[in-house]
Amino acid sequence: MVSRLHRALRRDVWHLRGQVLATALLVACGVGVFTTMRGTYRSLVHARHEYYATSRFADVFAHLRRAPLALTARLRRIPGVAAVQARVVEDVTLTVPGLSEPATGRLISLPDPTRADGGLDRLHLTAGRLPTAYSDSEALVSQTFADANDLSLGAHIGAVLNGRWKELTVVGFVLSPEYIYEVGPAMVFPDNRRFGVLWMNAEALSTAFQMKGAFNDLAIATARGASEPQVIESIDRLLAPYGGLSAYGRDEQPSNRFLSDELGEIEVNATYIPALFLGVAAFLVYTLLARLVSIQRGQIGLLKSFGFAAWRIGAHYLEFALLIVSAGLIVGVAAGGYFGVALIGVYQQYFHFPALAYRMDAQVLIAATLVALGAATLGSLSAVARVVRLAPAEAMHPEPPRSFRPGLLDSLHLTRRLDPVSKSIARNLARRPWRATLSVTGIALALATVVVGRFIFDAVNHLMATHFDAAERQDVTVVFQDIRSPRTLASLRALPGVLSVESFRVMPVRLRAGHRSKRLSLVAVPAVGHLYRIVDARGKAIDLPPEGVVLTRKLAQILGVQPGDRLLIEQLDGRRRRFSARIVRLSDEPLGISAYMDSAALATILGEDAAISGARLKIDTDLAPRLYAELKRTPAVASVSIRAATITTIRQIMERSFIIMTTIMTAFGIVLVIGVVYNSARIALSERGTELASLRVLGFTRSEVTQLLLGEQAVLVLAAIPAGCLLGALICRMLVPAFDRELFRLPFILTRSMFAFATLVTLGAAALAATLVAVRIAGLDLIAVLKSRE
Amino acid sequence: MVSTSPAGPVMRAQSLSKVYRLGEIEVHALSAVDLDLYPGEFLVILGASGSGKSTLLNILGGLDTPSGGTVRYLDHKLSAANDRALTRYRREHVGFVFQFFNLLPSLTALENVELVTEIAPHARSAREVLELVGLADRLNHFPAQLSGGEQQRVAIARALAKRPDVLLCDEPTGSLDYPTGRRVLQVLEQANRELGTLTVLITHNSAIAAMASRVIHLSSGRISQTQINATRASAEEIAW
Repeated sequence: MVSRLHRALRRDVWHLRGQVLATALLVACGVGVFTTMRGTYRSLVHARHEYYATSRFADVFAHLRRAPLALTARLRRIPGVAAVQARVVEDVTLTVPGLSEPATGRLISLPDPTRADGGLDRLHLTAGRLPTAYSDSEALVSQTFADANDLSLGAHIGAVLNGRWKELTVVGFVLSPEYIYEVGPAMVFPDNRRFGVLWMNAEALSTAFQMKGAFNDLAIATARGASEPQVIESIDRLLAPYGGLSAYGRDEQPSNRFLSDELGEIEVNATYIPALFLGVAAFLVYTLLARLVSIQRGQIGLLKSFGFAAWRIGAHYLEFALLIVSAGLIVGVAAGGYFGVALIGVYQQYFHFPALAYRMDAQVLIAATLVALGAATLGSLSAVARVVRLAPAEAMHPEPPRSFRPGLLDSLHLTRRLDPVSKSIARNLARRPWRATLSVTGIALALATVVVGRFIFDAVNHLMATHFDAAERQDVTVVFQDIRSPRTLASLRALPGVLSVESFRVMPVRLRAGHRSKRLSLVAVPAVGHLYRIVDARGKAIDLPPEGVVLTRKLAQILGVQPGDRLLIEQLDGRRRRFSARIVRLSDEPLGISAYMDSAALATILGEDAAISGARLKIDTDLAPRLYAELKRTPAVASVSIRAATITTIRQIMERSFIIMTTIMTAFGIVLVIGVVYNSARIALSERGTELASLRVLGFTRSEVTQLLLGEQAVLVLAAIPAGCLLGALICRMLVPAFDRELFRLPFILTRSMFAFATLVTLGAAALAATLVAVRIAGLDLIAVLKSRE
Repeated sequence: MVSTSPAGPVMRAQSLSKVYRLGEIEVHALSAVDLDLYPGEFLVILGASGSGKSTLLNILGGLDTPSGGTVRYLDHKLSAANDRALTRYRREHVGFVFQFFNLLPSLTALENVELVTEIAPHARSAREVLELVGLADRLNHFPAQLSGGEQQRVAIARALAKRPDVLLCDEPTGSLDYPTGRRVLQVLEQANRELGTLTVLITHNSAIAAMASRVIHLSSGRISQTQINATRASAEEIAW
């Protein structure tokens, strides 16, 4: 008999295939997102862990002006320091074949190849070879930079090394654990064409930069159990006389920092999106089983009267639910595997590991299985309980007709003015308020998902607009090797195509407020800027006060300060002055964090003549190629960044990642809406098939009968639209803090297009589901209803 | 407005046959049935289960099409009509009364009738028809609040409200007890008499035949006997 029950199970699945499919599809979506995201998360964490371990990624980093190599012996003696790697690191302008603008290259000295321990931050050679022992022109290039510029082995790159033009020959491509995410100085999004890392023999580099027997950068490994803050403090003390810019740990190491932020974001997505789907799937399992049990009351009574134990029959229905969910689980896992590989492919474009592959490990599989089966069990509880409770005799009678009594709607005379069809719709909805509420919630969640997907896209667009239209309005930014006198501006102005010039000074500082501190660059600019403006939340320019500082709101949060408070500012380069300044107001630029000061005010405080570290230029774009050619050969220039190129790069990145995200969210929203609307209409049809067929017999047309059934769904969908918009806005509001980072902050903006888009998508998906059900209405058997009662 | 109208038939079925295929087996539900329906008459089609009476009713009501032969409603050929034309035929000319009433549970008695009066071109007042079937005081009750007989009377009111040219009743007393069933028959008789509605009632209950103006016996898909009642028994006299 048990096998007969199984056969019955198979037939039930077939009979209810539409709903079974909708439910399984939602489970598949939930499991798919979960395994995609969670698998991607774990793959990245694993790849990072492996790579950091095998390459001996350093724990602490420091940059300084110049110190003798002999100092490394003292650094090694600091308690908790396990290994020290001293190197020379310099940013230079590069002339790259095929690129008209100058690129910025970071030159790093290679460790002594004879070193026994192989050094820290070991490079992974992907092609070519290391530079020969005494070569001063051979260089390794990051694989990323080589790919972006289509460089081949043997290619020549021009570089200005300490004022001298040098042609470098690319002999190998490498990956470095320090540049898994390869971004240039003060950049958020990678521009791999215009920023690249190169490694050369230490001898060659130190000779070129007059750093023989000296170093200006450190990578340090700490011993197990060492206290990082203490190590950092000791290092800072040792480096202070040598222009040390304060050491920092992995948490502030740019590449690691970006990677960690991204991982955090994936983890959030891997939790709430699958939860949404599985929640709705549980609801669908519930409605599906409720329908099945009501159809099969007679059969249940029969089985009970045969002497089947109630739990045995209950288990049969639970099995039914588990079967559907298992099907969804299998499809979801398969889809997760597929999309996981695709998503890892996307991440491979930003995060460069020697080995990064999507892996769905046992933990992910077990978690997905438990969660999906849990949702199924949760959804089937009430139906199974009904089966168990049903008395055999009661079950053999047909279910009593649905009873309608004058309800709230009627006593409030809300239905009085409606035509009979609308009354019927209104009462059917009012009779099952919970079911209606759940359906509305499901559709609203779907709509909210689409809103959120769209929000991320629109918010990034808005962020770009604010930043580049309101704040950064220059065409070109030039950073010098060293601080220079403002007189340099005159020579910049004389360059071809330069229309106007605005200087800035970037001074490495440590800001202290109470026990909190933050290492960053103090930016000194003219009080009233035209090319670079400090902006408030609405994108309006803020004039710098004649004294005091302006902080990015996020920085103020980190330091726990507000306008009116005083900050202690420690200059980390030059004469290492310490001074205090009042916070005058906060700014709201969406990218990065900064402290701003009027350049004249800073010069006064430092008691120095004004100095500049770079300039922003407005240029005549027709003359740009000539300007770029000049800049490439200007010794004093360390880096050149071009606004248009940056915008293009960011747009490309957005297209690759944010559009994918928006598309995924929209697709999921569509599946959700179809699942909920189809399911709910299908149940209504099964409950009211006889009613509708009778109306057809009475001469109602197909479309009139369809309206009666789908009118109910239409009301649900229409009710869900404002609810979904509101919910979407709320979720966006909740998401904003998750995107409130030092690197960038998503503004909380709600656009009409966001809601219009989500509404259209929802209506479209609902219409599709309705069409599927309408086909069923057309197939109603008019003759059967004359004789049978359900 | 009594059954002996000199006018021609409202409906005419000629050589009707209906064959169903049930897997390998062909079932001849109707064979060579000729039947004319006249204005105002009260026709009872009597037959055992499987005699083909439901099939005949379905074809007359435009729910099914014959495999052979023709059915005409006035000058419309129903046997060649498409779904749209049949729907229109049912909507404008046919009233249906089902064995299981088939009311919309979400609408009150009045609203169930209004549902039909809204789509019918020359409808009667819903209230008046409900009064006619004796439910003037139950207008605002939902089906679940009405007895089976009351529900069936609402269904009859619903059918009559559109001023049908033909009222088709499929075992209207089949799911009712005797007193309630008799009350329903009284309503049908009254409607036939007062409104002159051509009524076709199918049943396996031979007692009901006494109230017909004409009785057709159907067995194995053929008309086995036609009988004209010179005097019709009133519904009150009928007992089973």
